[in-house]
Amino acid sequence: MPASEVVAAVERAHREEWGRVLASVARVLDGDLATAEECTQEAFVAALTSWEADGVPARPGAWLTTTARRRAIDLVRRQVALRARYPDLVRDEAVEAGDDEEDAVAVDDRLRLVFTCCHPALAPESRTALTLRMVCGLTTDEIARAFLVPEPTLAARITRAKKKIAAAGIPYRVPSRDDLAERLDGVLTVVHLVFTAGYAAPGPDLVRADLVERALDLGRVLAVLMPDEPEVLGLLALLELTDARRAARVDAEGELVLLEEQDRSLWDAAAIARGEALLGRAMNLLGAEHSAGRFLLQAAVAGLHDEAPTFADTDWAAIGLLYDRLLDVWPSPVVAVNRAVAVAFAAGPEHGLAALDAVAADPGLRGWHYLPAARADLLRRLGRDDEAAAEYRAALALVSDGAERAYLRRRLAELGA
Amino acid sequence: MTTRYMFLLFGDETAMSDVTPEQWEQMMKAHDAWGHAVADAGATIVSGEALAPSSTATTVRKGGAAPVVTDGPFAETKEALGGYYVLDCTDLDQALALAHTCPIDVVEVRPVIPT
Repeated sequence: MPASEVVAAVERAHREEWGRVLASVARVLDGDLATAEECTQEAFVAALTSWEADGVPARPGAWLTTTARRRAIDLVRRQVALRARYPDLVRDEAVEAGDDEEDAVAVDDRLRLVFTCCHPALAPESRTALTLRMVCGLTTDEIARAFLVPEPTLAARITRAKKKIAAAGIPYRVPSRDDLAERLDGVLTVVHLVFTAGYAAPGPDLVRADLVERALDLGRVLAVLMPDEPEVLGLLALLELTDARRAARVDAEGELVLLEEQDRSLWDAAAIARGEALLGRAMNLLGAEHSAGRFLLQAAVAGLHDEAPTFADTDWAAIGLLYDRLLDVWPSPVVAVNRAVAVAFAAGPEHGLAALDAVAADPGLRGWHYLPAARADLLRRLGRDDEAAAEYRAALALVSDGAERAYLRRRLAELGA
Repeated sequence: MTTRYMFLLFGDETAMSDVTPEQWEQMMKAHDAWGHAVADAGATIVSGEALAPSSTATTVRKGGAAPVVTDGPFAETKEALGGYYVLDCTDLDQALALAHTCPIDVVEVRPVIPT
């Protein structure tokens, strides 16, 4: 088999199996992520030579898991310190990845890994970096470029997080029923963050575009592993319904196109259909045990946008009601601002402005350009041009993103300011 | 196999300075109840003490020409160190769950280096 085909096969296996293999080895090592990562890395390196000599195995995942586990057991046998910690492993026969055992246990293993990487005892930026490294297999260089952080900083962040897990005794398991809702919100937040980091970066930056795919992958895996959790389905629905609009979001010159002006024929109908189906499934799960959470509610808002054939047809009243409920479960000033925008469309700009004024003093909004930008837009629609211009300038002072700046300057120019 | 943690308890001392004997009694009862909760959870309290107010502290700082002795705690914070527990827990999740119910405003959960 030509070397290039082997490399392609290993790369494909890396994309599809990294998290599963690492999670499985980590279980065998009782949560030692650092050693598990090492053994997993070595298994993939070994695959490059072995698969060239012996051909690509029928089940690459099983081959990699077995190889990585064997490596782990070798390490444990040879290192006295590890032997003391894992006395059972030296006698472990369950190295081979059997068929049924693999599928049944693999489901939990990836969940264990994801919940551990997203533990609240880890700093939020550490959770994101660790998840991308351990669950998705991105290199530290790729993660650093994706989040515009120097590589040594990112590498140190991941190292510290692994050390914290070991030193502080963060357990390698899926949280108990009591903690699940809260911990799940942490996991879904990380996935959503990865998505927005990629989505908010239009243009040819492939690393950041790949983040969107990674987030969708993670969302899909979670939906398979936790199909009865409405928030999990809600998050994936939100990602699909948002990503559906991606092609229309930026024009040929790289300029931001507002929802109001987007060419809806460019929207991905298949993604919208998937999103709507997930939304439906999630809503069917609501009842005594589950009430609508923030990801499901945001997905419902996205669904209402995606359903409207034109901007003018958007059901703003319904969106406003959803934002009311969202504010209840997620009392964030950012949500309040988004709600005010919906109110403006449903009931008129003056009502929107009143809603904005009610929340404008919140310190959580300081430095966020969307607040003055939203106010500017409402003032513009009321014909209060001087005030609008002042707010557009205030927004410009707060934003660095090229496409957003271009949009705000365009609005200013339209006002003749 | 358990992990040992120190719980450093921080509270608002100004609230403590006017505490009545009845309120003190209440607090002791709350800590006692918490101790039972710890045992019910399968964890163990290795040790624990309430500390006298930070105004009674004296700090010795080395590193200069000679050690410097000052009146007061190391760090003047709004919430002052008021006590500690040392616990043996199965893992951090158990320690955090117990910290949630510990009757004090702020708990720092710090692993003890095993010897």
